[in-house]
Amino acid sequence: MPTPAGAAGMVTQEVSTQPPAVDVAELDTSAGTPKRRRIPLRRRLLTDYPVLLLAVPGMLIILAFQYYPLYGNIIAFQDFQPYLGISKSLWNGVENFAVIVNGDPEFLNAVKNTLILTLIQTVIVFPAPIIVAITLHTLMSNRMRQLVQSILYLPHFMSWVIVVAVFQQVLGGTGMINNWLRSHGLDPIHVIGNAHAFRGLLTSEVIWKDTGWATILFLAVLSQIDRSLYEASAVDGASRWKQIVHVTLPGLKQIIILLLILRLGDSLSVGFEQIILQQPAVGRDASEVLDTYVYNNGILGGAWGVSAAVGLVKGVIGLGLVLGANKLAHRLGEEGIYRG
Amino acid sequence: MTTLTTTDRKTLPSKGKRRPQAVVDGMPRPKLPERVIKGIFLTVICALVVLPFIGVISTSLATPAEVNHAGGFVMFPTKGVDLTAYKSIFAGGTVTQALLISGFITVVGTAISLALTCSLGWALSRRGTVGNKTLLMLVLVSLLFNPGLIPTYLVVQQFGLLDSIWALIVPTCVSAFNVIVVRSFFTGLPGEVLESARIDGASEWKMFRYIGLPLSKAVIAVIGLFYGVGYWNSFFNALLYINDASKWPLQLVLRTYVVNGVELGGQDLGVGGEALPPQTTIQMAILVISVVPILCVYPFIQRHFAKGVLTGAVKG
Repeated sequence: MPTPAGAAGMVTQEVSTQPPAVDVAELDTSAGTPKRRRIPLRRRLLTDYPVLLLAVPGMLIILAFQYYPLYGNIIAFQDFQPYLGISKSLWNGVENFAVIVNGDPEFLNAVKNTLILTLIQTVIVFPAPIIVAITLHTLMSNRMRQLVQSILYLPHFMSWVIVVAVFQQVLGGTGMINNWLRSHGLDPIHVIGNAHAFRGLLTSEVIWKDTGWATILFLAVLSQIDRSLYEASAVDGASRWKQIVHVTLPGLKQIIILLLILRLGDSLSVGFEQIILQQPAVGRDASEVLDTYVYNNGILGGAWGVSAAVGLVKGVIGLGLVLGANKLAHRLGEEGIYRG
Repeated sequence: MTTLTTTDRKTLPSKGKRRPQAVVDGMPRPKLPERVIKGIFLTVICALVVLPFIGVISTSLATPAEVNHAGGFVMFPTKGVDLTAYKSIFAGGTVTQALLISGFITVVGTAISLALTCSLGWALSRRGTVGNKTLLMLVLVSLLFNPGLIPTYLVVQQFGLLDSIWALIVPTCVSAFNVIVVRSFFTGLPGEVLESARIDGASEWKMFRYIGLPLSKAVIAVIGLFYGVGYWNSFFNALLYINDASKWPLQLVLRTYVVNGVELGGQDLGVGGEALPPQTTIQMAILVISVVPILCVYPFIQRHFAKGVLTGAVKG
């Protein structure tokens, strides 16, 4: 995930942007009381300045590395030359967007790969933690459950470099599995560096790394389901399977919708670090996605303007998808990520 | 997996034996096939996580003869343990240098991140102060968009951070999401305590330092872990901003010598002349070294996960 918000931000990627739901709602009710309003601004600054001072360093970082770069997006409309800088580079209108409109083959390939990977991630990767969470939830022994959880959370804390390295060691030409196959007189299988197997490889890596961690949210929601619902359904003769379908899954509905909305916003960013690491082995045809396209053509290739244009369009579409999905969720009577 | 079995209190109330508390009281007791399937399912997925690590650790410790005999990979070393790979890594070459850099950005970065995140979170939790709503809005909105790879790169360049290890710390040192988590934790502190401190004449700083921070240790520990892991794992920012190989953090070294398979010579390792252990062993040893710090911190912070992650994330 290419968020320049960075490493620390990546760790919490899947749950980011949820708090607004609560906080924006709170804002409306917690606005300053009229009594407070009457105090002149200078007096208030005098009493409140220690609080503001505490906020300054953190706010500066957010403004400098979240808001200030937004201004840099104008190079999408420039023939940007790094040594001239933004102020001296020449404007070239929407020329940079021509590559998108005209359907440059390299760009189209990146779009195709991105969309396919997004589809795979939504259909296969997304439901996996729900299945694991339900299985864990029906475990009767707490100790067992905690042991399994500790093991499954662990890969989330490994970097993509480590995950890719481990996968290479297991599946590579001289890796664990091929060694075993060879010592038993079987043909080795080629997964690493095989362009045809690349999507499958990416998918299994994502599942391996993050499925366990993603269960944490589902488990939290599951633990809040009213137990009397299970009792009532048992009295009515529901089997355990029927209870999962009619009690557990409806209980998860809200969080599933919420996570799907968030995923939609990220849907054009699929596994950036993961792909960049493995790109040399499989080639760009099979592995290029929008983010790697921006990186390869912009920062490595020097096509700054075009890459910024692609990045800008991608960002705008992502934002639009989140806002749209949120609206749709409201229409369907769901909470969504925030109330606007 | 006998612990999976438990008798439901509701169906057998007369038996007074102590048994593990049922997770879902209302659910009927699982039937044997279900328990077996569940047991196998969970055992398999846990094994998939654990076995690769065991293989990696074993190979890094196996003797060169055994590694060569096995063709590169050893699952369970049987011919004794050999630490040559680790010794040559720590002899003072590329990997040692990268370890120092990763250690520096992890420790210093985490300290800076925690300081800035907690102070900003505290300031945002003090409702009714001047500009509070505006600042909160700025932080929340920044969660919704991503400023883009190239503009961010240009900003880092403009600040003169390219090829400096500060480029791995400064741009990522405040995560808006973590600020929100800390803020909602501070907001949940009992107002009476702060009120009484205020009446006793405590300054804003003293309330933050002596009431806010001590009461929030759990959430700070988890946020600290997230930041620390983020810095230790920082790969992409290093790839973007650091060209000078002498300033590479561990993840870039790992990428070059393990993922891309570039051979580490005696000079890179800082050992001269002696026979080197097989490349696989060295690669596995680097991999182990990059995993160990996380494994060391993990157990201590793990019990706080749920609280730290869920504060502010899921309510209702």
